[in-house]
Amino acid sequence: MTLFGEFKEGLGISWSAIRANKMRSVLTTLGIVIGVVTVTLMGTAIAGLNAAFLKNISFIGADVLYVSRQNWFVNSHEEWAKMQKRPRITLDQATALAKRLTLARAVAPEADTGRAVKYGKRQSNNVRVVGTTDQFYYTTSFELAQGRFISPAESDGGRPVCVIGWQVATNLFRLESPIGKEIRVGGSDFEVIGVMAQQGRFLGLFSLDNQVIVPLKQFMAEFWSNPDCVIQVKARDLQQLAETKEEVRSAMRVIRHLAPTDPDDFAINQQDEFLRIFHRLGGTIAAVGLFITGLSLFVGGIGIMNIMFVSVAERTREIGIRKAIGAKRRTILLQFLIEAASICLIGGAIALGLARALMLIVHKYVPVSMSLTVVSIAIGVSLLTGVLSGFFPAWRAARMNPVDALRNE
Amino acid sequence: MALIRLNCISRRYQMGAETIHALREVSLEIERGEYVGIMGPSGSGKSTLMNLIGCLDTPTSGEYELNGVLVSQMDDNELADIRNKEIGFVFQTFNLLPRSDALRNVELPLIYSGVPAEERRERALEALASVGLTERMHHKPNELSGGQRQRVAVARALVNRPSILLADEPTGNLDTKTGVEILALFGELWKHGNTIILVTHEEDVARHARRIVRIRDGLIASDEQQLAERGPALEAAVASPWNE
Ligand SMILES: Nc1ncnc2c1ncn2[C@@H]1O[C@H](COP(=O)(O)OP(=O)(O)OP(=O)(O)O)[C@@H](O)[C@H]1O
Ligand SMILES: [Mg+2]
Repeated sequence: MTLFGEFKEGLGISWSAIRANKMRSVLTTLGIVIGVVTVTLMGTAIAGLNAAFLKNISFIGADVLYVSRQNWFVNSHEEWAKMQKRPRITLDQATALAKRLTLARAVAPEADTGRAVKYGKRQSNNVRVVGTTDQFYYTTSFELAQGRFISPAESDGGRPVCVIGWQVATNLFRLESPIGKEIRVGGSDFEVIGVMAQQGRFLGLFSLDNQVIVPLKQFMAEFWSNPDCVIQVKARDLQQLAETKEEVRSAMRVIRHLAPTDPDDFAINQQDEFLRIFHRLGGTIAAVGLFITGLSLFVGGIGIMNIMFVSVAERTREIGIRKAIGAKRRTILLQFLIEAASICLIGGAIALGLARALMLIVHKYVPVSMSLTVVSIAIGVSLLTGVLSGFFPAWRAARMNPVDALRNE
Repeated sequence: MALIRLNCISRRYQMGAETIHALREVSLEIERGEYVGIMGPSGSGKSTLMNLIGCLDTPTSGEYELNGVLVSQMDDNELADIRNKEIGFVFQTFNLLPRSDALRNVELPLIYSGVPAEERRERALEALASVGLTERMHHKPNELSGGQRQRVAVARALVNRPSILLADEPTGNLDTKTGVEILALFGELWKHGNTIILVTHEEDVARHARRIVRIRDGLIASDEQQLAERGPALEAAVASPWNE
């Protein structure tokens, strides 16, 4: 018999075997379905997580250095305590730094605190109040929904003006236009000159929309006379970020009067650090996910193998009859392999449909999409599982001595 | 040249430390067109002998020539081919595929020998007609009586036009009347030139054969030709058409 003929025959036989043992086939398929759905969902979730994170931290700016007293990521409590003892970074130091830098596009000192914000009868508690200069507009990457940002004159003169976040605007003003209105921040009045477009939350920690930006001099006069600043330095060129960082470092050492042997008493943070931490975290998540996923696929595979063993054992007599009538080993082997592969492929197809449906539901909350790679891997894996786990029992069936097989009741 | 030539065939089974001699150096020749009955008490080695002749099993030692071809040295695949083309089996327990209908069961040997679908169907229908089961071709085995099942099995055994028809206790699971019908069918087939080997432990059944080989303890005890004397039961069965 030709290979094609055997294949066709095998398909027919396995189809009738699958139909004859519906419950068993359904259960096996279920194992595969769970495995493939997990693979697909996990793959998509990890991809979605990556994309969401990258989008989330984009506001930090890949080309912006953050000069501050503390490192963003601290390894131990002692380290943290030591950093706490470092002298503050002042506005004067920021001004001096801006003068010395040649590779920076913009330099903006920034300090923040929490205050209640009021307009008329409406009040927002615990709004993040940021004091900065006009340069802040260039070091960060937000858009204005209305109005304008703080001008150099307002910044230098310490005028009582402010730019408010989207949430502050909607909370205090509802339908009214906030531009030109006076709001009360802490104990003093500020004129609203701009409203920032909606930005969302940063890593789910705090809302970027719940803030008020005021000139740093005004901030120092009203809220905090000697603040600990963070200096944002935007590099002229992302390619020269390392050089820029080196320039900032040596300039800061001079400004803070450090002897050549002294260690830095400040930190230069950048987006990279977030990425590094994230990739480490992401790697762990992916590894754990892969393990769980692999486990469920493995269980599915064991299920198929189990079913195939039962199926072979139960049909020993049938194998004997077929061999007595002239079926070769290859024919029997093919028959059972096709049966296993078919069950797996059917499972894979159902799983894909299910994953697709689940994805559509998840899509309503988180923007994810099913990747073609993940899909083909899932199908490939289910097919491979089927063929591999079908092979051993099939091979055993094919090698069986016809007399022994026929004797089987 | 003999159709079947067994030369000093032995078949031993190893059961732990014990060796069971199912067949001890049996030599036997069977010509084309013979109707041979193999008789003997239970456990004497009849089925073992039949399995060897039918290439379902290979001898521990000795030579087996079928149609002048040495089959005792063949591998699994070659034996499958021999079984497919040269041998037709009829078993005591019918051994039909339970999920396939009669037609499909009869087609099976043709599927394995690669006969194209159309010719396959034609030949299977022909074989079913020759055992009088045309109307039952779409019935599954569990929808057929024992006698009908055995006739499907006979049709399946004949469909590939084998050299030998091997039957191991073909009437063992049938009542006397149905058994006689099946034996009558064998008689017909023999008359049309088929070589038939019939294994049984019943004298009544063996009487239908023209030559009786008696086995005891794995050895041939006697081997004799029978005269063409037929019991009245058989005459009656042949006279009455079983495919009414
Ligand atoms: N697979 C096997 N393993 C071990 N011993 C076996 C096997 N098959 C047959 N035998 C032994 O070989 C001997 C012959 O068995 P066989 O089946 O040929 O007997 P038989 O003449 O067909 O008997 P019955 O009339 O009961 O069918 C018996 O003693 C049996 O126990
Ligand atoms: Mg027997």
